[in-house]
Amino acid sequence: MDMKTLYLLVPLAPLLGSVVAGLFGRIIGRTGAHVVTILGVLVSFIASVVVFRDVEAGNTFNGAVYTWLQSGGLDIQIGFLIDRLTVMMMLVVTFVSLMVHVYTIGYMAEDPGYQRFFSYISLFTFSMLMLVMSNNFLQLFFGWEAVGLVSYLLIGFWFTRPTAIYANLKAFMVNRVGDFGFLLGIGLIAAYAGSLDYATVFARKEELATLIFQGTNWSLITVICICLFIGAMGKSAQVPLHVWLPDSMEGPTPISALIHAATMVTAGIFMVTRMSPLFELSDTALSFVLVIGATTALFMGLLGLIQNDIKRVVAYSTLSQLGYMTVALGVSAYSAAVFHLMTHAFFKALLFLGAGSVIIGMHHDQDMRNMGGLAKYMPITWITSLVGSLALIGFPFFAGFYSKDSIIEAVQASHITGAGYAYFCVIAGVFVTAFYSFRMYFMVFHGEERFGRDQHGHHGDHAEEEATADHHHGLAPGQKPHETPWVVWLPLVLLAIPSVGIGFLTIAPMLHGDWFGPAVFINHELHPAMEELSHEFHGPMAMALHGFVSLPFFLAMAGVALSWFFYLKKPEIPAAIARTFHPLYVLFDNKYYFDKFNEVFFAAGSRLLGRGLWKAGDQVLIDGLVVNGSARAVGWMGAASRMLQSGHLYQYAFSMIIGVFFLLTLWFNRA
Amino acid sequence: MSSHLLSLAIWVPILGALLVFVAGSERRATARWLALAVALAGLLVTIPLFTGFDRTQAGMQFVELSPWVGAFRINYFLGVDGISMLFILLNSFITVLVVLAGWQVIEEKQAQYMGAFLIMSGLMNGIFSALDGILFYVFFEASLIPMYLIIGIWGGPNRVYAALKFFLYTLLGSLLMLVAFIYLYLQSHTFNLLEWHQLRLDFIPQLLIFIAFLLSFAVKVPMWPVHTWLPDAHVEAPTGGSVVLAAIALKLGAYGFVRFSLPIVPDAAHYAAPMMIGLSLIAIIYIGFVAIVQADMKKLVAYSSVSHMGFVTLGFFIFNTLGVEGALVQMISHGFVSGAMFLCIGVMYDRVHSRQIADYGGVVNTMPKFAALFLFFAMANSGLPATSGFVGEFMVIMGAVRFNFWTGFAAAITLILGAAYTLWMYKRVVFGAVANDHVAEMSDINAREFLVLGLLAVAVLAMGLYPFPFTDVMHASVDNLLRHVATSKLL
Repeated sequence: MDMKTLYLLVPLAPLLGSVVAGLFGRIIGRTGAHVVTILGVLVSFIASVVVFRDVEAGNTFNGAVYTWLQSGGLDIQIGFLIDRLTVMMMLVVTFVSLMVHVYTIGYMAEDPGYQRFFSYISLFTFSMLMLVMSNNFLQLFFGWEAVGLVSYLLIGFWFTRPTAIYANLKAFMVNRVGDFGFLLGIGLIAAYAGSLDYATVFARKEELATLIFQGTNWSLITVICICLFIGAMGKSAQVPLHVWLPDSMEGPTPISALIHAATMVTAGIFMVTRMSPLFELSDTALSFVLVIGATTALFMGLLGLIQNDIKRVVAYSTLSQLGYMTVALGVSAYSAAVFHLMTHAFFKALLFLGAGSVIIGMHHDQDMRNMGGLAKYMPITWITSLVGSLALIGFPFFAGFYSKDSIIEAVQASHITGAGYAYFCVIAGVFVTAFYSFRMYFMVFHGEERFGRDQHGHHGDHAEEEATADHHHGLAPGQKPHETPWVVWLPLVLLAIPSVGIGFLTIAPMLHGDWFGPAVFINHELHPAMEELSHEFHGPMAMALHGFVSLPFFLAMAGVALSWFFYLKKPEIPAAIARTFHPLYVLFDNKYYFDKFNEVFFAAGSRLLGRGLWKAGDQVLIDGLVVNGSARAVGWMGAASRMLQSGHLYQYAFSMIIGVFFLLTLWFNRA
Repeated sequence: MSSHLLSLAIWVPILGALLVFVAGSERRATARWLALAVALAGLLVTIPLFTGFDRTQAGMQFVELSPWVGAFRINYFLGVDGISMLFILLNSFITVLVVLAGWQVIEEKQAQYMGAFLIMSGLMNGIFSALDGILFYVFFEASLIPMYLIIGIWGGPNRVYAALKFFLYTLLGSLLMLVAFIYLYLQSHTFNLLEWHQLRLDFIPQLLIFIAFLLSFAVKVPMWPVHTWLPDAHVEAPTGGSVVLAAIALKLGAYGFVRFSLPIVPDAAHYAAPMMIGLSLIAIIYIGFVAIVQADMKKLVAYSSVSHMGFVTLGFFIFNTLGVEGALVQMISHGFVSGAMFLCIGVMYDRVHSRQIADYGGVVNTMPKFAALFLFFAMANSGLPATSGFVGEFMVIMGAVRFNFWTGFAAAITLILGAAYTLWMYKRVVFGAVANDHVAEMSDINAREFLVLGLLAVAVLAMGLYPFPFTDVMHASVDNLLRHVATSKLL
């Protein structure tokens, strides 16, 4: 089999599985559906490994599959770009997807939509692979929207729940706002570079850099990059387009792991990395990226502090980590961003699937206030979740340590506008991350066993959860949680391994060895941060040992200790703090009022505007005045002329006399 | 034989309709099978137009010319180029679907119903292939009659108001077109469209002709602010009527712009372009907001049609290849997608007899197959990539950004609005728990309905994944048109 066929096989195998499971789900049954889709993803994963080895042997590829459209000088082709950045993404996507497929057998075992679910997640895998393997902007946008569609379908998977179908519409709409910017960015590229092919566009970047945005004195490239980044803000949930991600937790947990943690939400990070030759030309755009990312990293992390729904804690942590990746992009540490993307994919998928395992053990109760002491009952989930949490807070030697510490150091070394603010955010974020991660860990796995009590007492105080109470089953009094079946815990174990070791193994080549080669471009003269980092890097062992005496480590440990003190030692303290700092608590509880603002300003505002235009414009002005008005005018004229024909002789005679007088007057005055 | 293809495309459906009237007035089954056979025959005769089309040639192909009214040099003159050919195929394809869609639903006067659509189809093919001004005008006006009858006889409770509004609105416009044609005849002593393309005219006559054409075509498109007949017509029309109205009849106005306004009076067209672009953007944005708040599904899709047609007029008046070809692609795609949207609403209406969004909810629980297809078309209506709905919007936005960034910016707002009105409706109608007893009793689509929607879904997907062949046939003619429009015709 030649390599080109193999490239095609990577995305098409999951697509085939998806189509079979989706269209013939009823015929092939549950087992048939998961066998065919898992087989598809497995083939895709193995093919990715083969492609990886081929790329390592030095064979990259950039070529077309077919011509999609030719018009107006644009020649748009569907095609693949296979380089190290692509192949790394392919491995991450197919591996995590495979784990999630296996896990789903256990998680969705009792769901009536079993086959549909497998069809969706395989379709997602196809779309995501098309996105990362693209060699042009159009196919990127195709994949971009296709993953958005599948995300829409999966968030609304349980379509009878009002919260789920609210959340999926919201997710789609917010992403569309991002896509709006993205498409305009693509439009500018098409207009000024005359092509949508990556290589052609990047080859013309020097030309683009000299151009000015029409009608202003802004640099064109800055406008392009900011437009593209708005797309990334939607997909990668950066402030203020982050609002959809917490709500997306309405979807089943396996997709929270696959789509809303490991892969789809990182598409924005991947995209900006791909576009690094363009972003490197605009410091303004990079500063914009940096500030947005830093804000997301810290302020979304803060919201994680007060969540009680186990999935929402992980969701806010994902937002915050995406912020870290974006910060890395802002300081031109693209390889660090992608490196963190990879480690995060493993440990965050692990944390989500672990949370899902807890949810199964708790009989679909997601409220951490009903948990506690689960370590005893669910040992595998407990250990793997601990591994995930340690990786997340950046404990030395764990995968997250290498990637996160590199980002922090890169920010410290950077001199771009906004780097100071960003450094504060990421360093404060370390403490916050450690605190909420271990708050969750302690509340779930240690301390007093709070499950098996009367549920309703706990739900009453949280209106949002009350609405979804129908799926909060929970444990009956006296019932104990239990470890989940092997299809659920095996993926946890398989994800825990890279969560520990992948950073140690790969940091040297990926971050400091120019492994990505030409896939990532950095202008080292203007943005020397990564170069400085590489000078100070003396191997993964030295870095980890140094990590034990660094500021981030102390902050993380402080966070862990404080959460231990608050949630295990003195559980009454958090409530007291919430009372003392009531306004702050209310602000956090309302998520900085983003949702309220959007609901009132955008959602209700557009409805008001629409109704106003419809009633005042269409009905009153156009139809009322002009259309029916002219009909009425014709009617009046008819009525008026009808009055002339009254049938009374004297009226006719009278008007004849007036007419004669009128004509005579004209006649005499004609000269 | 091959030179009579266009005549066949026109007269096979029309003569077939007469056969349906005669043979099928007593027996419904005969009427519909016969109608289906005629529609399929009509589709078959148009296929050689595509396969035998010479895409390297910009001029008219499959030309037929014979004198008609010698005294005024009026000819029976037919021909198609890369711009018009696809619409004949689209029209013949949609006619087959409309016949299938009316299979069991229409209970009264089925032969007449089917016949009206077949006649309509033949007349539409006449409009798209006529190269003589008077011949065009005759087809153009004659097509009003079947549509007027379809709405007026098989329509909803307020059908008479709607039919009359439709008729008067469009008739008033086209009378001015006739005046313009007569003026052009007096200048050129011919009704030959191709000679009109070469006619030199002063600026003021150009402007007056442009205005006359504008009033006629803008109503048909429909452009803001002469669009208000469309929602009324759609709401009252039977499903098949809405499909033909949206899929084909709306294309006539836009076709008029490319066939008449742009090449005959290019200087006036350039002069009026800022206004046309402005009106198009108003249609896209203003109507997008209006569509969001509609409570009646047919009205919502009707408004969304106005918004989508705004893309077509925008594409024409930015005068670049991407824009014009994008507009043509958008016209074809809109034929598939809006047709499918109206068919989907028809499927639900047949079961519940309501078009109100509020009367539905949770349809997916009882009609899962339908829900999947409906979602596909809803996504196409919101312009999702890999559906045909994306291609035209994408090309026009690309063209608009090239023309002026802020024009593209305004047009791209449709990405947000289109998704908002379509998916919000979809959410309220399809998702959720079963809302009421009517929804609980809905049965999923039958094989015939599945066939109709499935064929459209294949068309939408194929055009989304591989638009190349569609635009490939246009290139030569569109380039020729743009070259033509770029040269001044002032005396």
